[in-house]
Amino acid sequence: MGAAVATEPREMRVVYAETLVRLAENSADIVILEADLMKASATGIFQKRFPERAFNIGVAEANMVGIAAGLSASGKIPFAASFTCFASRRAYDQFFISCNYAGLNVKLVGTDPGIAAEYNGGTHMCFEDLGLMRNVPGLVVFEPCDPVSLAALVERAAAHRGCTYLRLHRKPIRPIYPDGEAFELGRGKVLRDGGDVTLVATGAIMVPEALAAAERLASDGVSAAVIDMHTVKPIDRDLVLEYARKTRGFVSCENHQIVNGLGSAMAEVLCEGCPRPLRRVGIRDEFGEVGTLDYLKARYRLTAGVIADEAHAVLKG
Amino acid sequence: MIGEGELRELKRKAREVRVLTLDALGHLGVGHVGGALSVVEVLTILYYRHMRVDPSAPRMAGRDKLVLSKGHAGPALYSVLADKGFFPREWLRTLNQGGTSLPSHCDMRRTPGIDMTTGSLGQGVSASIGLALGNRLNGDAGTVFLIIGDGESNEGQVWEGAMCAAHYRLGNLIGFMDYNHMQIDGYTRDIMDIEAPEDKWAAFGWFAQRVDGHDFRALDAAIERAKAETSRPSMIVMDTVKGKGAYFAEDNVGNHNMKVDEAMAAEAIRRLMGEAL
Ligand SMILES: Cc1ncc(C[n+]2csc(CCOP(=O)(O)OP(=O)(O)O)c2C)c(N)n1
Repeated sequence: MGAAVATEPREMRVVYAETLVRLAENSADIVILEADLMKASATGIFQKRFPERAFNIGVAEANMVGIAAGLSASGKIPFAASFTCFASRRAYDQFFISCNYAGLNVKLVGTDPGIAAEYNGGTHMCFEDLGLMRNVPGLVVFEPCDPVSLAALVERAAAHRGCTYLRLHRKPIRPIYPDGEAFELGRGKVLRDGGDVTLVATGAIMVPEALAAAERLASDGVSAAVIDMHTVKPIDRDLVLEYARKTRGFVSCENHQIVNGLGSAMAEVLCEGCPRPLRRVGIRDEFGEVGTLDYLKARYRLTAGVIADEAHAVLKG
Repeated sequence: MIGEGELRELKRKAREVRVLTLDALGHLGVGHVGGALSVVEVLTILYYRHMRVDPSAPRMAGRDKLVLSKGHAGPALYSVLADKGFFPREWLRTLNQGGTSLPSHCDMRRTPGIDMTTGSLGQGVSASIGLALGNRLNGDAGTVFLIIGDGESNEGQVWEGAMCAAHYRLGNLIGFMDYNHMQIDGYTRDIMDIEAPEDKWAAFGWFAQRVDGHDFRALDAAIERAKAETSRPSMIVMDTVKGKGAYFAEDNVGNHNMKVDEAMAAEAIRRLMGEAL
């Protein structure tokens, strides 16, 4: 990482939309679909630039994802977005059958994942989508943590031949990576090296918490590595196993159920490849509820403090 | 027919509901202003004239039930329920605060008087059918009322329910469509045109009517006609104004989920109180 990291937070949704516009300028096949949440996704700029390639289907997520399948079968590369809860839970069968089973090329996007749903509350608070999507054969599932990785990974997703699922934080996020940093789907990033314990995080809420936890651990005399596991499927097996050999154990950090998300994926890799203690920070078999981000972080124990405590627990054995 | 005295009283109640709702939203700073304010009259006439409910026994058998399928209008319903005495008025200002009993979308596990959890659009239609079928099985004479949005009606589930409720001849189900002509991204005619909804419901086998959703007498007459239909479900399409009664929200396509500060809320309340009933 040679270049300087920008300090100003950028709205992730704007980065998403601008990236799509850029891609569409170079490829006539890029199309977008929205389900009455175009304002929320900020893709109005795409619609303005390419009105004939933007489809706002109305409040009809299953219909939207089915239409995306048809567009894909016509050679288009559709990006279809809604809130995470509706993109995943509501349109799962359409995504599963019409898009994935049919072997097509649909890029599904779920916005406001997990506690980012904040004031929309429990009905909109999706802690299950990584699990649902991880179960779809061959699907690429990813959750970028900052504007730089978001732009790069959306480009990768567009170039990938096959369906992808993007878990998209919409709000302003401070860059972690320098401009121009390269990313590959399926390849995690080591944000900080360490020799005692490895914190593996995904997404714009948990990666910064993991970095803050590593700082706390450092002041406790613990050397913690931090990995940004932006792609949850396929998980970067080699990287996990490398740190299984380098450090004494892991903490997984996800804004998602601990069941069948990042922590589960890591447990699978570790048990099969190099057993090491793993403690999972995430939602523990609960539904969502309404509140501010700070309230929800504390309520569901998704904080740097909890991550640091879990890291100590890993090291105690 | 609603007499002059009752009409005045209903209008006063509707104003009160708007005031309480604006106060709660203004206290929080943001919320679903538009879709909450467009259903105030229908909520008012249901809870103050038509529905048999008991605030001291919110789960009373035989009561009439409401499924607010456009669950984001919860704050308006909370104002009604608080005024009726289902819970203390002080709760209203806890809207969406961590640990609240009043979340942005209706939640039957948290809020006394809420008959069905909603928020994922379209689902309330099916749930209302289940409640109506349940009443039939239980020999329960209660009526099930349903309120859906026009944008919500883009969902296929709405029309699966439309076919099904007619098939089962659910005369104990009375629906309202809040035709405020807007969804989130704009006017319904631009996003997903649904004209003419009353014809669609009629084609599905419902007794369909279309009325001014801010006119108590028109609403009342439509509800009476719907009640008289015992062998098929009813849909009352209400022409309404999204954001009705809030100067900063009416005619503003950005009024779906908008910032409202305390000064805006106070000014809107001042203007409402200044209007003749
Ligand atoms: C299944 C589902 N998809 C999307 C949303 C997000 N959403 C909430 S309200 C809304 C627009 C609804 O429009 P309408 O039914 O007309 O409501 P109103 O304008 O009366 O508020 C959308 C898309 C949701 N709550 N549920």
